Amino acid sequence: MSLEINFSSKVFENRTREHNEYDEIALTIRQDIIKSLVLAKSGHPGGPLGITDVMSVLFFGGNMKYESSNPDWSERDRFVLSAGHMAPVQYSTLARAGYFPTDELNTLRKYGSRLQGHPGLDMHLPGIETSSGSLGQGVSIAVGMAMSDWIIDKNDRKVFCVTGDGELQEGASWEAAMAAGSHKLSNFCWIVDNNDCQIDGRVKDILSVYPLKEKFESFNFDVIEIDGHDYKQIQSAFDRFNENQKNNGLPTCIIAKTYMGEGVSFMKDQYKWHGNPPNEDQAETALSELK
Amino acid sequence: MTKIESYGNKPTRDGFGLGLVELGEKDERIVVIGADVSGSVKTSYFQERFPDRFISVGVAEQNATTVAVGLALSGKIPFFSSYSAFAAFRNADQIRVSICYNEANVKIGGGHSGLTVGPDGATHQSLEEVSFLRTLPNMTLICPADFEQAKKATVAIGEMVGPAYLRFGRPSVPMFTKPEDEFIIGKADILREGTDISIVANGIMVWEALKAAEALKEKHNINAEVINCHTIKPIDENALVNSAKKCGAMVTAEEHQVHGGLSGAVAEVLVKNYPIPMEFVGVKDTFGGSGEPFELTEIFGLTWKEIYASSLLAIDRKKNGSSEIRKVKDVAVYTEGM
Repeated sequence: MSLEINFSSKVFENRTREHNEYDEIALTIRQDIIKSLVLAKSGHPGGPLGITDVMSVLFFGGNMKYESSNPDWSERDRFVLSAGHMAPVQYSTLARAGYFPTDELNTLRKYGSRLQGHPGLDMHLPGIETSSGSLGQGVSIAVGMAMSDWIIDKNDRKVFCVTGDGELQEGASWEAAMAAGSHKLSNFCWIVDNNDCQIDGRVKDILSVYPLKEKFESFNFDVIEIDGHDYKQIQSAFDRFNENQKNNGLPTCIIAKTYMGEGVSFMKDQYKWHGNPPNEDQAETALSELK
Repeated sequence: MTKIESYGNKPTRDGFGLGLVELGEKDERIVVIGADVSGSVKTSYFQERFPDRFISVGVAEQNATTVAVGLALSGKIPFFSSYSAFAAFRNADQIRVSICYNEANVKIGGGHSGLTVGPDGATHQSLEEVSFLRTLPNMTLICPADFEQAKKATVAIGEMVGPAYLRFGRPSVPMFTKPEDEFIIGKADILREGTDISIVANGIMVWEALKAAEALKEKHNINAEVINCHTIKPIDENALVNSAKKCGAMVTAEEHQVHGGLSGAVAEVLVKNYPIPMEFVGVKDTFGGSGEPFELTEIFGLTWKEIYASSLLAIDRKKNGSSEIRKVKDVAVYTEGM
């Protein structure tokens, strides 16, 4: 490979931030996604680039309680990536939060790597709470975690989960939604990455999942629609989730309107970038834009 | 010869339900997920005793399965129970990926298994789940023989760490294992020693195997060994190979399809270690249907008579290399007047 790929060792703190502080974090994560995928020669760039801004605010804005040096901390909040194919963004986020060395990002999808193609609990990568990849299952696992905290243990731990929008075509997603709404899991925050893209095309053309807001409302969620690339709106949504939990309110659903491939001009809003990695030339172009 | 007698009848599902309560008393991490059939599969006993540790998720077995995983990954020991028809197949992907790949400490109680659900008919008569479940890495799979064993097995899977599936049934069946009998996961019970034919069974077919052994002794002076192979995975290879060496012919019997279930599990062990003539008693590649439980077991060939006839066939093959008996379909020929 002629393109030289290095991962900086920079890590970021998890604390309240000014909105303009997220630019550097999001840029670093997007670079990591492109770099790890061009090395892997396979994988999914589009979704990860699209949800990067939400992940930046969630993990580095003091919205989630965790200690990367103590990943099994019993009081931690938990994050489940139900859309397991978006693993590169989770791996980069965890590495940049200090869960594991950033240069391990160059092992993505390689035999024996802790960075499996889809998150695998069996590889014991710090920060990974469950295997995921069979769509519709992660969110239901997250609901189970939220039940454990809210119904059984009655503590104030939070559970966050990211699903795709195409993923909502899986019926099991709605079983999970019904359970969260019916049990009024105030500590549960469901983030829908609403980029309207899936492997075969636009979600609305393949099988429409819309209207999303009304659907989730009818399942007894407090639904917040935001621009998933606007840090201020993202932060406000997490603030509202916090309030919902404090008030024993409804579970929260954040519908984050995003662009697949955000940050890379030739990938932006192009569904064909769901599951194709950039080649070296494309990666070079992408990285030149991510500066 | 040890003659084993029954001391009453109770359903294995009651053993499961009471086992859960016993576990709940011992360990507050035990949590039960209800999927609307709690009264049928007897998780209602736990619900009445520990309402704060019972979570109902409705008739949604996929969600029930993965919710259980979320609870397990939070340090709980969740039991999810429904009918085997819905607790092993509808949620098959959830069991594979979220339970087994995660090695999540989830326990599934598969109730109303097999033909003996009776009048509900084929949709509710799961006869295939053993074949599927035993191919899953990390899975422990148990099919107890009676009420007492179901209770002990329930406690045992609650106390072990890792995924487990307990297969049990609906009707009252003879009780013959004793409260003081030991139950160890993965250790088959030799209920009767013999040298001529080894009969390996689980679930309701263990009692039938014991009856067949009695008949073989009485009519032909054949000494049958009867093994209760309650744990299908991990299977007790030693017990099976030792019995094969001693008897030289074997019959398996299960309330399940003959393809891939206990029959397949046992055959895999013998083929590798000590191949001998084998015959399989079970449902033969067909669906069930409505009927009374023990009318159906007669119709579909799940009684001591098939075990008896298959034993004679296997012994004939052992002696002569092949057998003409195979051509005879009607087991009545062998059991006339009994």
